[in-house]
Order: sequence, then structure tokens, then C-alpha cells
Amino acid sequence: MTHDAPRLLACGDTAFTIEFGVRVDPALSARVLALDAALRARALPGLRETVPTYRSLTIHLDPLVVDPGELGRTILALAAEPLPPPATARLWRIPVVYGGEFGIDLDAVAAHHGIAPEAVIERHAAPQYRVAMIGFLPGYAYLEGLDPGLSLSRRPHPRPVTPAGTISIGGVQALVASIAAPSGWHLLGRTPVRTFVPERDPVFLLRPGDRVRFMPTPAERWDGLAAAVEAGESVAELSET
Amino acid sequence: MSGVLHLLRLSGAASIQDGGRPGFLRDGLSASGPMDRLAHAAANSLVGNPPDAAAIELGLASATLRVEGSPVRLALAGACGALRLDGEPLADHRAFLLREGAELTLGRAGAGVFATLAVAGGFRLRPVLGSVALHRRAALGGLDGRPLREGDRLPLAGSAPAGEADLCLDPVPLESDRPIRVVLGPQDDHFSPEGLATFLEGTFTVSGQADRMGYQLDGPSIAHGADGFNIVSDATVMGSVQVPGTGRPIVLMADRQTTGGYPKIATVVSADLRRIAQRRPGEPVRFEAVDLATARKLAQGRAAARDALSRNLRPVKGATERLMAANVAGAAVDAFRDD
Repeated sequence: MTHDAPRLLACGDTAFTIEFGVRVDPALSARVLALDAALRARALPGLRETVPTYRSLTIHLDPLVVDPGELGRTILALAAEPLPPPATARLWRIPVVYGGEFGIDLDAVAAHHGIAPEAVIERHAAPQYRVAMIGFLPGYAYLEGLDPGLSLSRRPHPRPVTPAGTISIGGVQALVASIAAPSGWHLLGRTPVRTFVPERDPVFLLRPGDRVRFMPTPAERWDGLAAAVEAGESVAELSET
Repeated sequence: MSGVLHLLRLSGAASIQDGGRPGFLRDGLSASGPMDRLAHAAANSLVGNPPDAAAIELGLASATLRVEGSPVRLALAGACGALRLDGEPLADHRAFLLREGAELTLGRAGAGVFATLAVAGGFRLRPVLGSVALHRRAALGGLDGRPLREGDRLPLAGSAPAGEADLCLDPVPLESDRPIRVVLGPQDDHFSPEGLATFLEGTFTVSGQADRMGYQLDGPSIAHGADGFNIVSDATVMGSVQVPGTGRPIVLMADRQTTGGYPKIATVVSADLRRIAQRRPGEPVRFEAVDLATARKLAQGRAAARDALSRNLRPVKGATERLMAANVAGAAVDAFRDD
């Protein structure tokens, strides 16, 4: 169930959150991204930045310029209106090497669901995902659109380090990891694509609202793709939808 | 020619910070910037820099520095330890000239955590996404994307004009006595009435897990409500008080993760961020809930205090200031010798 009416949640005097619901749900994410687009099209005085997540939009403001309560009520009223979805989206095709050393949990995920590892790959690579939020660490892309048949609660014991480019799933969410970090998610594969490179233009590859497809790629191609990325080439294909 | 600030000795945390890197929260990157913005602005004002200029942030650190190539004017503000210039005690919250070859020693602070060492003209470092502030987890900004360490040589952007009067300020108070003010929410409804009472009436202690990412607090366990301690991740702000399953609150700070999956019981008001930042491990923390209107008034007061810094600058007078310098530094050295 989703909230029909969005809620205004206080985050101190410099921010507030418009919450559309409490679950991962494509309908909620669509409303979040529509409100985000609407606010980015308006230049509301005192509004500093907005942060879309799966189910809410956080608005940062300058309390010296605008009354946080007043801005909150204005944006809450806007959030309750039907807002048009962004007209176009970017679609990224991201190569992924699944299984083996690249995705050490692939076999366990397959066993858990009683299907073959190949079937996990097929079902993970089938959907066109939407980037619902970039969060936690720079460039970490949280996707919605995972096949519910692959859903699996997080590992009880997080791994202290997982590599950059890790493609993983946790609960009903799918993730593209940018840099090495601890993780309690299930590692299905890895991409040589780097979603965050401080020295590159653009620094951040993916944006909330972007579409993503995973392209299963043989392990033999890893070294070549990784070398291309190292040389500054983009191995993620970009198109408009 | 511009000089180089050479870190001959360093223990404790030290990084380059400027006003920070706002605008990238939607990309998963927190803004970094000073843990104590008032102290940062004070140190910069003393040497004639804009308040958000790049400076060295010291966290429970001690250091010895030398300037090479050109003299430079420096100032230390915030949680200051004993300062010595070629062995002679010197006051903090005042500018002074560091001549080529002279050695400056900074002792570990006796109270508080963060101090800012500003140099006139700032440092010549390459901005990344518009800022030189270090974000350690992202390996971004600072000197080569990492904290400062012994042996580092920091290129100076300017040099000290000769013959200028040194300025001083009243020390920026650490305000460590009163409770930390919070606005309840965004997820205060995820806690039982007992959990809320524990949060607002309990006394917590800053744990050993306290850094620029967050301050974990020890103390009574805060009880969640019927919905448990997992939420679908939403955004954090600096000052978010999140409560994981252990019931032990964590106050998220300048280099925090931008989203999190634990309920946030309250948010520290922006005016009190520097006050919680200056509490060191082992020191008590109590919280007091205020409404949004009060929080905004506090922010306005804090902004006024920052604007007043440049108006309150005054020239260092001879005898009085020197005497004060010797007393302040002497007491600190006796009580907090760290090596």
C-alpha cells in the first residue's frame, strides 16, 4: 500500500523530506522523480539541493533565506498534485561478467531459489531498471525493477570489503557499486564501468531516473574492457528512451 | 615566490577543509567542510582570508611545522592546544608571522576536538568538484585525496606582506556545557514512547567511534517501536541522529553516508553542529528538543556570530596580549603534555 497523501518530515532547520511511502515501489519512485524534476525546473528561493530516494525526496534549504516550515508546506502542496513524469530518460547498457570470481554469490543465490545460475543471470539481465537513487557512497546506483523471483534478504554478516564495480542484489533492490566498500548484499557479478571517477568528466556517470540494462559478458572480455576503462574509454553504451 | 608549509611532525587527525562541496548529495557525495564552521571562519578572518578559505583542520592533533621559501601569516582557532614559536609561548586566536626557518609547535588541545590552522592566502591545491575539502571515504580533495601526514609539504598560495599589524579575536567558545538541541524527526514515529523518553532524558557519552563521518554514542539503549529498526533507505543530513538495532544513536557528520536504512529519531539543529563536533570521546551528551522556529532563530544567531568575527578583529597589543599568551599556553602545556 502506498500513501495517497505525501507526508512532510522535519530534518532539522536545513532540510525536510517529502515522503511518498515507505516501500520500494515503482509508482512511488515515479512520483519522487516527477517532484524532483518539477523542483529543478523552478528556482525556489532558498532551495539548495534535492535528493531523490526510492520513496522520498529530501530538500535542503538555507534557513537564512527561507522559512523551512513555509517551504515545506509549499512543496508538500506541489507533491500532492499530479506531476508529469520526465519526458525522456537516458538508457545505459552496462557490461557485466557474472559468477566465478566476479560474482561469488551467484551459485548460492541460484541454489536458494532452486534454479540454475544461468537462470539467475537471465532474470537479472532481463529487466530495464530505473535508477531510483544514488546514495550511501558517491556513485552507488540503487535500481528498481528487480525480478521479484530473485529477491533475497541481505546476508547476516556483511563482507568487510567488496570490489569497485560490484553488481549485487539485496532484498528487492539491485545495485551498481562504484568504489570498494563493505557490503551485506549478494554479489552476482562485476562491471568494469566506473560510475564515479573524480578525475573524469563527467565525475558521476548515472543519475536518478536513468534506465539501466545489464549485458552479460564472457569473463574472457574482462581484461580488454578493464583496460579500455583504464585508458579513459567508456564501455557503457548510452542512448535515449 | 610562494612558500611551502612543511609538516615536520604530526600525530592525530589533520586534513584540508574549505567551505565544502555542496550540490552532490544526489550523487551520493556528502559535502565535507569544517566540523566547526565558526572556528574555521575565525581562523581565516584572523589572517584576512574569506571565511570558507582552505585551511588545515586538526582533530585532537599535535604538530610541528616550518615554512620554507617565504614567510607567512598564520592563526589557530577552535579547540587549541599550546602554541610555541621557536620555543616561545604564543596565544591562539591571534595572527602571527611565521618566518622562514622558524618552527611552530601545536600541542594537543586540552578541551574540545577540532581546531583550524589558517594561513594567509590559503593553499595552492587543485579543487575537485569545486572544493579542496578532503572527503576521505571518496578519496577526494585535500592533498592527493588523503588526510595530511608527517612529512607533507603544502604549497602556499600567498605570502605575508611585511609590516602589517597582527590581529586577534576573543577565543571562539566551545559551548560544551548545555544540551545539544535537536528537532525531532524525520522518523521519531519509529520509536516507542519509552524510546523517545530515553533519547530526551538520558545522558549519553561520545564513544571511541567518533570521526568526521559520525559520532557513535554510548549510553542507554533507545527502544524502537513496533515497526522495528529497518526502513527503506532515505536521505541523511549532517546532524541526523540515526538509531540502528543496537539502540545506540549515531550522529551523522560532515563526511557521512548520504542515505541510510536506520530510522532517524531527530536532527541536531545547524547551530549546534559545531557543539556536538567539539565533544570528545568520553564526554557527556544530552539532547533537548526544540521546535523548527527556535532552530531557525538559532541558525540566524549563529550566522550573526560568524558575521561579527571580522568586525571584532583588533590589533594585538603589546604587554597584555603577551602576558595572556604566556599564561594560556603555559597552563595548557602543563596539563596536557602529550609526548
